[in-house]
Amino acid sequence: MFQIRIHGRGGQGVVTATEMLSVAAFEEGRHAQAFPSFGSERTGAPVVAFCRIDDKEIRLREPIMEPDALIIQDPTLLHQIDVFAGLKPDGYVLLNTHHTFETIGLGDFAKERDRGRLCTLPATQLGLKHVGRPIPNVPLIAGFAALSDMIQLASVIKAINEKFSGKVAEGNIAAAAEAYALVKEQMKEHAHA
Amino acid sequence: MLKQTEGSKAVAEAIALCRPEVICAYPISPQTHIVEALGEMVKAGELAPCEFINVESEFAAMSVAIGSSAAGARSYTATASQGLLFMVEAVYNAAGLGLPIVMTVANRAIGAPINIWNDHSDSLSQRDSGWMQLFAETNQEAVDLHIQAFRLAEELSMPIMVCMDGFILTHAFERVDIPAQEQVDAYLPPFDPRQVLDPAEPVSIGAMVGPEAFMEVKYLAHAKQMQALERIPQLADEFKKIFGRDSGGLVRTYRADDAETMIVAMGSVLGTIKDVVDEMRAEGHKIGVLGIISFRPFPLEQVRAALIKSKRFIVLEKSLAVGMGGIVATNVRMAVTGSGLRGFTAIAGLGGRAIPKSSLHKLFRQAEQEKLEPVTFVDLDWDVVNKQLEREKQNRRSGPIAENILFDKGMSSSAKFG
Repeated sequence: MFQIRIHGRGGQGVVTATEMLSVAAFEEGRHAQAFPSFGSERTGAPVVAFCRIDDKEIRLREPIMEPDALIIQDPTLLHQIDVFAGLKPDGYVLLNTHHTFETIGLGDFAKERDRGRLCTLPATQLGLKHVGRPIPNVPLIAGFAALSDMIQLASVIKAINEKFSGKVAEGNIAAAAEAYALVKEQMKEHAHA
Repeated sequence: MLKQTEGSKAVAEAIALCRPEVICAYPISPQTHIVEALGEMVKAGELAPCEFINVESEFAAMSVAIGSSAAGARSYTATASQGLLFMVEAVYNAAGLGLPIVMTVANRAIGAPINIWNDHSDSLSQRDSGWMQLFAETNQEAVDLHIQAFRLAEELSMPIMVCMDGFILTHAFERVDIPAQEQVDAYLPPFDPRQVLDPAEPVSIGAMVGPEAFMEVKYLAHAKQMQALERIPQLADEFKKIFGRDSGGLVRTYRADDAETMIVAMGSVLGTIKDVVDEMRAEGHKIGVLGIISFRPFPLEQVRAALIKSKRFIVLEKSLAVGMGGIVATNVRMAVTGSGLRGFTAIAGLGGRAIPKSSLHKLFRQAEQEKLEPVTFVDLDWDVVNKQLEREKQNRRSGPIAENILFDKGMSSSAKFG
């Protein structure tokens, strides 16, 4: 079983991101379970949501305490809560920022980990550019697909088409494609570094 | 059709397939998504003929359901927590009048302190109301139980609550097989009411009944639930023939053969329990599970049969009978009266407290060794509890409990700090 935890703030589409991840995994014939941390969500308040992916039925209902992957939708959360709590030693981290791990103050953290599993992505800018709104969730799940190879970009696009239609779907697909390419490029650089 | 969808959305689709004629509801978390989706379907003309009635309260929701059901319309509503409590007088009336209303309860804690998260306190508070109560383990089962519930309710002319864990199921996206309309139509015939308010054939419903007849009416409600004990397994069998899967029934066991320790529970926590039991079985522990689907009627005979070969059992429940212990546990103990089985009660998950596998591993091992108190509060923070008890001993004006606990836990409290 592969477990993903997404941290963000109310209004950033955190819950929607896990739901779309679960739809993408379902499209590939796998079992998936997405659920929010069930707070009284308010705009701007820290929000956590979870997604499990497996090849067999998922029965477990506990919150994800030891994630295989973290997606952090808002870097300001780094100063507020321990987003890395329980992250597996070989876990993936995708962080929404135009900085690098070093320039955002996570240099020591990055040193201890497999660089091939860490990535930053300017997801808010991609959302603004392609959808006209600062919502980073869709670029991040496409970036996660590129980083982990857990799901295909085509499945993310299917999930986008299930959730949105018309221009909004088109914009999100463009954002997803660019995010996917950016992450793949960054990973190539790490592989050669 | 197999789809990846939210529990609430799946249940709304199942309700629509049951062709309800009146839906009345008042929004309350975590039930709201269900009736929102149904409202959209009615507005879009996808669910017709059906009247969606926005009511001003839960009391009105159940009152409207009583009226529409008495008028011969298949009637549905949904609620949770304080909403259920607010409609209680009408809840008892619906059962007393024998009206086959189906209601989803998206199980949620009851305040105070106000809490929107899941436990089973709300529907269990209505255990003696005359409503049947079926508990879903997964969103698939929630879908299937609603279809079975309309059939059972209308056959017996008695109302049913289908209980699903608030947020944990209602807000979870998972794989659900939504049946085809033809399948549901083949399983669920049109509503043929036993009593109906019809101007062409006038009757009155809701007579004042004195001491000479009250007990007989009440006994008949009990007799109907005893009939339900026979019908629920049959309806699950018929369901399997049409829909091709096991869903519903009175109880369900898991890895219970040769089990010396049995874990008894209701609802979605059964999934986590099964994972823990698999891990413990792999280490050689003789442990099994009994899931109770039908809490009302309570299947005393089937519960006894499932436990009697074991040596001990632990009831893990998301409810608390304050001053007593467990609610489900009391019922289970009744089922094994005189058997000599050791029984333990574990109260867990109140107000949405997570029930992690690690806590269950510890608890089940203690149960195996019979090293548990009769009632255990799983993952209770004793430091905080003892601190408050000490505060009360020291100070007459020790202040509001919930606010003190939040303060001790390092969380802000709006009441204390403005």
